[in-house]
Amino acid sequence: MELAYLALVGAMLTIATPLVLAALGELICERAGLLNLGIEGTMYAGAFGGFLVAIESGSAWTGLVAALGIGLLAGLFVGMLAIGLGVNQHVAGIGTTLLLIACCDFINRLKYGAGSVPKVEKFQQLFADIPLASQYLLTYLTFLVIAPVVFVVLRSTGFGLRLRAVGENPEAADAAGVSVAATRYAAMAVGGMLMAAGGAFLTLAILGSFTLNITNGRGWVCIALVIFARWRVVAAVLGGLLFAFVDALQLQLVITPEFSGVPREVMIALPYVVVIGALALSGRNLTYPGAYLQPYRRS
Amino acid sequence: MHALLGENGAGKTTLMRILYGLSRPDSGTISIGGEPVRITSPADAITHGIGMVTQHFSLVGPMTVTDNVLLAGAGVGRLDRRNGRRLVVEAAERIGVGIDPDARVDRLSVGEQQRVEILKALSRDCRVLILDEPTAVLVPQDIESLFRSIRRLTDAGMGVLFISHKLREVTTISDRVSVLRRGRIVDTVATRGASIPQLAELMVGRRTVGVRRSDRQTMHDTDLDAARSIDEPDLEVDALDVPVDRPILSIRGLRLAGPSRNALDGIELTVNPGEIVGVAGVSGNGQTELVQVLSGVRHPDAGTIEVNQTDITGAAAADVIAAGLGRITEDRHACVVPHLTVEQNLVLEDLHRFRRGPFLDKRAIRAHASELIERFSIKAKPEDPVATLSGGNTQKVLLGRALSRDPLALVVSQPTRGLDVGAAEFVHTQLIARRAAGAGVLLISEDLEELLALADRIVVIYEGRLVGELPVADATPERLGLLMAGEAAA
Amino acid sequence: MRTFVPQLVQRGREPRWLAPLLVVVAVALVYVATAAPIRAAGANPAAAYERYVFTPLTSTSSLTEVLLAATPILFTGLAVAVAFRSGYYNIGAEGQFLAGAVGASFAGLYLPDLPGPLAVPVALLLGAAAGVAWALLPALLRVNFRIDEVVTTLLLNPVALLGVQGLLNGPWRNTGSGFPVTDDFGAGYEMPPAAPGARVHLGLVIAVVIAVVIWVVLARTATGLRVRAVGLSPAAAGFSGVGVNRVLFGSALVSGGIAGLGGASQVLGVGQQLTNEVSGGYGYTGIVVATLGALSAVGVVLVALLLGDITVGAQNASLVLQLPPQMGDIIAASLLLAVVSVLVLRRYKFRLRPGRFTGEQAS
Repeated sequence: MELAYLALVGAMLTIATPLVLAALGELICERAGLLNLGIEGTMYAGAFGGFLVAIESGSAWTGLVAALGIGLLAGLFVGMLAIGLGVNQHVAGIGTTLLLIACCDFINRLKYGAGSVPKVEKFQQLFADIPLASQYLLTYLTFLVIAPVVFVVLRSTGFGLRLRAVGENPEAADAAGVSVAATRYAAMAVGGMLMAAGGAFLTLAILGSFTLNITNGRGWVCIALVIFARWRVVAAVLGGLLFAFVDALQLQLVITPEFSGVPREVMIALPYVVVIGALALSGRNLTYPGAYLQPYRRS
Repeated sequence: MHALLGENGAGKTTLMRILYGLSRPDSGTISIGGEPVRITSPADAITHGIGMVTQHFSLVGPMTVTDNVLLAGAGVGRLDRRNGRRLVVEAAERIGVGIDPDARVDRLSVGEQQRVEILKALSRDCRVLILDEPTAVLVPQDIESLFRSIRRLTDAGMGVLFISHKLREVTTISDRVSVLRRGRIVDTVATRGASIPQLAELMVGRRTVGVRRSDRQTMHDTDLDAARSIDEPDLEVDALDVPVDRPILSIRGLRLAGPSRNALDGIELTVNPGEIVGVAGVSGNGQTELVQVLSGVRHPDAGTIEVNQTDITGAAAADVIAAGLGRITEDRHACVVPHLTVEQNLVLEDLHRFRRGPFLDKRAIRAHASELIERFSIKAKPEDPVATLSGGNTQKVLLGRALSRDPLALVVSQPTRGLDVGAAEFVHTQLIARRAAGAGVLLISEDLEELLALADRIVVIYEGRLVGELPVADATPERLGLLMAGEAAA
Repeated sequence: MRTFVPQLVQRGREPRWLAPLLVVVAVALVYVATAAPIRAAGANPAAAYERYVFTPLTSTSSLTEVLLAATPILFTGLAVAVAFRSGYYNIGAEGQFLAGAVGASFAGLYLPDLPGPLAVPVALLLGAAAGVAWALLPALLRVNFRIDEVVTTLLLNPVALLGVQGLLNGPWRNTGSGFPVTDDFGAGYEMPPAAPGARVHLGLVIAVVIAVVIWVVLARTATGLRVRAVGLSPAAAGFSGVGVNRVLFGSALVSGGIAGLGGASQVLGVGQQLTNEVSGGYGYTGIVVATLGALSAVGVVLVALLLGDITVGAQNASLVLQLPPQMGDIIAASLLLAVVSVLVLRRYKFRLRPGRFTGEQAS
């Protein structure tokens, strides 16, 4: 029982890693005033691109670096539409997601046909023999380095100050000599990299391969987590852990005899429903970042 | 200390934006200390030592005073908040005020926020400070304090450019006045020796500014000196069928919860037929909420509102309109839909009157619009989107829509903010005509001159409560100012 | 040193020829952008585009295919347009479409003996009701608690798909083959043809009728003006006496109903059984259709036909040129982004101004 409990928490941390990475990416974008609905496509592209490069180069690390590059470009692309041109952010994000997923599936079909996709030499877990501690290096990095760094950068650096200022009141930031566009592009670039890293974790760490529809709405979950967290870093990490806990729990329950009567799909849907429920309970009368969804132009 | 005087739309704000790099000139040069400089962004302006305090503050609400001051000039690395606090305190000493560097800006009063703006400029070692209509949002006592701060700065050798359309202020504080009209400096004169009517003539081309009721005999220390008096405006408004013995609008025990304290806290107020009641107050003391609740876009937590004895408490906007209340509010773009046409906006309040079968009666809508365009001299065609109209014409659309239903009571908030003199006069004339026809008018304004020129009595709102009431004959800016600042009854 | 950079400057009135010209520019951009991947796949871009756009129009049978392919995205496109018009960002047409398919299947499976004239209307009605039901929770949360509908409608899409999969792997699994598809519906559940003898089914006619109704309501009625006012400026509409929440709630449910009707029409019109692939992203394509169609009923009909054309062309190209059919989706998504991007330029003109480039638009 003790062991099952540790396994559950261990699985939770693994499952939470991509969610926390992508949710932090989205949080950075939204704190700068941009809703990045390209998140689902960026995760998908990170998953597929990272996988493809890992196969070709034989190194999962190279794959991860490639995914970061893809995320950077995806973030800047949505940024170009939403910041540079001032396109409606819903349309820019959804359009980018559709485009990226279609491109990945196109290349996948071209490369592997309709048949099966090869396996990749995936990341190894550290401390493989210790129950809770046997995690991927990227999981350690996410919780012990990346999340704290995002927290500190947003709170106590000039960059974080500028980023929050352009998200709350771009006119004020502009008048203070801060370049609104440059700051927002930077947020989109960093945010995109984190999203793609989250996607790459799915193929390069958890699965070791690529399947169609691999992200399965995880990007949308991350957007819900950011709102649930009210744009706070610590709460976003906790929200990611909550979703992952329910997901890990359902994975355990599916193999538990007492729950064999419950359809698997109901179990898989459970975390989504929990997130909607959490949003319904906590999401009332929120204060969004002041310039959320607002393109900025000097008038 | 140089003042720039001009009416709304004369180009004051445009000039200021160019100086600060927010807009770009088509030609011309700017020199600082004899050196021509090129300013293409606020960052350039800051490097050249230009500081600016705009009408709408450039502050990030949820951040602290220190963080707001640090925002300019902070690199991307670690923030030195300790040094930031020191900068804030030092700058505050230079202008002789005290301020908590760790206070959240959106929790400060408007006067304090303005000080933060000045501190921001000072902490960047500015050599020239530009103040754009700095007194528009202040109570008279805060204006005094602002003027003292400005004098300390000019005494210490700083250049200050003071932009205003208020004649009295300009003559009080400045050494020289430049008058701007239609984008040109028409004259620059030494303040000593310039009279108010003389400056008024330079500013608008005639010796009177604005209108006032003819019964306003006692002139206070305001720009009313230069206002033209009207009594029975030359407008055909049929007398309204209103009972004269009862209040037309009565508000009892009105309460609305706010983020920290009650935004409205037990408002008691009646408006009688044929009366204009003014509500004075510094912005942010509950005026916006009062208008929202009266307009039917927000529900109060307690209290009752009656229009001509119909209870409209918590009623939807449609029912409020039907009860006979006309509404004209400060934020015009929250009242008309910019991308719909003039004619569509004009019928939006009572669409059911313009139906033929299941469809809209386009011919009736067009006729209705043409009539109102004529009556309110709106410079637009019925099919023009409202977004293409000037502020004054947009205000006339709103005015026409509200008045076309011959409302028994009117709630009017900041009706002339941002309008040029002609449009403002038009609006004031309409309000006086409605009063003459028997309607009750509640006029909420931050402009004391407007209230003193039009109202029969003035109540003062402070922190969501009405803290005093003065018949206009007893009202002076000083007495109102004390009330507005929350001092005990004057 | 003076540098000149191109800048976007707001223009007063846009010339009439500008928007059509910009759409042509967008199409050219899409062509250029997709040429490289088509070449990489070993095909000639010009030949491929001929397949995508023109080949489907050359024979009666492929024209039929185009209309069949356009039907579901016409439904979802109209659904999305109705919601977006009021400013309600329903991104959940996918889930509502699936719910509608399940609703119709429920009738088809549990009331198999219903006679023809009754069966199809009952199934369609159940489908529409299911779509409304799937749209209800986000709409309630939005109107009562101001919870962002984008997130909730999006999250319900994977839940709906899992629901369909759960039914097909569980209680609705095919009793004969054991595959995850339902049994065939009762005999009365085949959607009648749009015209006697045609393969195109009545769903297309229903969708076109809905488009006409939407057009009339938006252009000619008080309700339509209210919806437009709320979509353009909710604050001003509310101030002017329009019940904003009622309009949002209403258009959210109408949108869900149309999407659900689309799902019902699809299972009844094609195959008369529910499968995992019943939607395949029609809800998301609906966003492309609605946006490219400028949220107008006429525009949505035209774009749905165009994308139906490209879908059939893409299937054709995948058989003949071995071009993966996903190229159709790539074209649709890039067309969306290209068109919305260039149309921004309608309000601006280029001008060379001195200064350094900041990446922001000055105006």
